[in-house]
Amino acid sequence: MATAPRRPPFRPLTRLWRVLSGDTGWKGIAGQLVFAGLLAWLVSDIVINARANLQAQHIASGFGFLAGTAGFSVNQALIRYSEADTYLRVFEVGLLNTLLVSIIGIVFATLIGFAVALGRLSPNWLLARLSGGYVEIIRNLPLLFQLLFWYLAVLAALPNPRQSLSVFGVAFLNNRGFVVPHMEPQQGAGVFVVAILAAIAASLVMMAYARRRLYRHGERLRVWPFALALLIGLPLLGIVLFGVPVSFDVPVLRGFNFTGGTRVTPELVALTIALSTYTAAFIAEIVRGGLLAVPKGQMEAGASLGLSRPAILRLVIIPQAMRLILPPLTNQYLNLTKNSSLAVAIGYPDLFSVFAGTTLSQTGQAVEIIAMTMAVYLAISLVTSALMNAYGWHLDRSQRA
Amino acid sequence: MSGDDTIFVRETLAPARKAPVVTTGIIGFLRTRLFNSPLNIVLTFASAALLWIVLEPTIRFLFVDAVWKGADRTACLADQAGHPVGACWPFIQAKFTQLTYGFYPEDQRWRANLTFALAALLLAPLLVPKIPGKTLNAGLFFIAFPFLAFFLLRGGGLDGFAFYWLAELFGVAWTPSLTRFWLDFSLTTTVVTAAAVWLWGGWLNGRRAGIVTALTFAGIALVIEALQLDRGGLPVVDTRQWGGLLVTLVVSITGIVASMPVGIALALGRTSRIPLLRIFSIAFIEFWRGVPLITVLFFATYMLPLFLPGDFTIDALVRVLVGIALFAGAYNAEVIRGGLLAIPRGQREAANALGLSYWKTTGLIVLPQALRHVIPALVNSFIALFKDTTLVLIVAIFDLLGQLRAAFADPTWATPTTLFTGFAFTGIIYWVGCFAMSRYSLFVERRLNAHRNT
Repeated sequence: MATAPRRPPFRPLTRLWRVLSGDTGWKGIAGQLVFAGLLAWLVSDIVINARANLQAQHIASGFGFLAGTAGFSVNQALIRYSEADTYLRVFEVGLLNTLLVSIIGIVFATLIGFAVALGRLSPNWLLARLSGGYVEIIRNLPLLFQLLFWYLAVLAALPNPRQSLSVFGVAFLNNRGFVVPHMEPQQGAGVFVVAILAAIAASLVMMAYARRRLYRHGERLRVWPFALALLIGLPLLGIVLFGVPVSFDVPVLRGFNFTGGTRVTPELVALTIALSTYTAAFIAEIVRGGLLAVPKGQMEAGASLGLSRPAILRLVIIPQAMRLILPPLTNQYLNLTKNSSLAVAIGYPDLFSVFAGTTLSQTGQAVEIIAMTMAVYLAISLVTSALMNAYGWHLDRSQRA
Repeated sequence: MSGDDTIFVRETLAPARKAPVVTTGIIGFLRTRLFNSPLNIVLTFASAALLWIVLEPTIRFLFVDAVWKGADRTACLADQAGHPVGACWPFIQAKFTQLTYGFYPEDQRWRANLTFALAALLLAPLLVPKIPGKTLNAGLFFIAFPFLAFFLLRGGGLDGFAFYWLAELFGVAWTPSLTRFWLDFSLTTTVVTAAAVWLWGGWLNGRRAGIVTALTFAGIALVIEALQLDRGGLPVVDTRQWGGLLVTLVVSITGIVASMPVGIALALGRTSRIPLLRIFSIAFIEFWRGVPLITVLFFATYMLPLFLPGDFTIDALVRVLVGIALFAGAYNAEVIRGGLLAIPRGQREAANALGLSYWKTTGLIVLPQALRHVIPALVNSFIALFKDTTLVLIVAIFDLLGQLRAAFADPTWATPTTLFTGFAFTGIIYWVGCFAMSRYSLFVERRLNAHRNT
């Protein structure tokens, strides 16, 4: 009979000592003390120098400047902003613009990226080569180069408003930007949104119930016709009962420019194109790698179970590939967000451009402003990677079980 | 046995079977890869159309409709050329020196050319695996070349050597003179050589190290003599006059060279068991990786001067180089850490069993293997660095892209196609650089994974 192994003796102080010294004894502790001393000296030196320099330049440190009046205009603001607003308001406007371009960019980058990845994996030789060419060309050119190319060369070469390129007569592309119809909510809008949400919720519940039935009793319930009917019918009912939810304000050419509609600035257009096409090339490689990494046997095993090809992709391949794709994909989303700060090169009013650019040059509060800007990007990065780590941990556990 | 009637002999040939569908050759290729299903036929035609839409105007622009000769913008106007004008190559010819050297003085450009040539001469053999002497070659390229390039490109001389700096540090007056310089140099040589001998374990074991050190100093003396660093050196060219491809290469090569030690140190720190070192490395790496490069450049441009003593000025290019080296170092650290983690524990344990110290284990056993593992990933991060050098134009340092932008502002060359011509030219330069590096990374990867037969 085997006896239970003897438990190691409990010696908390020894353990603490080992952890603190990193198993290197006195030498480790002494080294760390020296290192800490050096760091402290460096930091104190920096603080003393910075204080002296700021005093010499007559710049008051602190965040008091945020309450000051900005006095400059911003050509795109999602929230109400005027020149009389404070620098804090500028910060908010810039942050929202950064988030706006990041989200639009992420959506387009994902769509293009997945399409190109599928194209590269396609059995069609020409399509595969074409997609490969896209990736190789875009990936090997600097992003700033592409951004300037779109902004200075392509968008500037577009015709003036009078000769705009018309998109079905409702949206117009010209060298002053992209004029699109403006949506104005009417009184039925609230009901319309509620109807859509309710239809989505009901469909999800039905699908969950059907899956439960399938797993518990092996019955297949045909729910998609009902879901489709709900998704179309409920909002339609809302329109019939409460009127059209939105009215479109279609832009019209008057004189030399368009009136009505919303103008998407050329800066935003260029930035979105550059960011999404650039990131898409990287996303395509990630998706392709993920799909190729799923062993061939998985596909064959699915086929031998009698699953159809779409079902194999949906139930077997994609869930496994997603595990490999998701972490680097998130990384690319973060890169896109960080790269959106290149906006400063073309004058799109993102956080970096209006805050670390204009506000910095007006107030001279370099330390506070750059620290705040860095903190924003750092916070976005750290929160996202923390979520990703949690997800990875969750995956690890579910795979081990 | 007679059974003639049961023997069946066929009197006519069996009908020939239909030839199998060709799956080889061009026809087979068309059949299996391009036109094998209705969907694929549609895709093939759509792709071909797309390819035509993109390629035809590009080729027309770059070659067919291009203007090759001219003195100013009039040559590139449609009514002058008599046909729709594509690329305006005279613009590139006129701006070529600006795009390559920036405003580097014309009579000094041989220095930039010499530096380019030296870099190519040292780099080429480093990239071919078959050529021996990698240690010496790498040492020359990564350590000696940056110093040489500094004195070549910037100019200026040396007032003294190690003892001069010591005197400076302790506030001892030192009037530079030729004899003092060479006295200082020979003293430094003696002390460092003696130290090398002593460190490598006395005369018996360390004499080799001593000889190598002495030879290195002899080489340094030769360079000093050749560039006359002891007599003021070459005329100083301020970094504000640098520009174009020169700055792009200076920034990327300095970034690559300087980010390696930073990356190795941070990776070792992050894998170390000493808590303070590990925490510091993690914080440092995550900080730099979490912020965009532009904020780093702004940090270097606006905040670094504030952190230094008031009378201490630091060159704008150097500030940017520091920022880029730290930024790239953090990314390299993560790559190298991956390599360190991939080395089996047994390697370190075996080295410990032989009685090697931590530094010898790391330097002789673990790091060489780890670095070899991650060469492809490192090259990829170098590609990213090369592309990121374009960002320096935002802090008013005119690299290739910055000079291009400046060249666009010249009214003598303002034509409708100038912009596209400029972008085509610089785009080709950037693309060739990045593509070559990525192919090289693939080549190394295949070589490293040759045993896996993939």
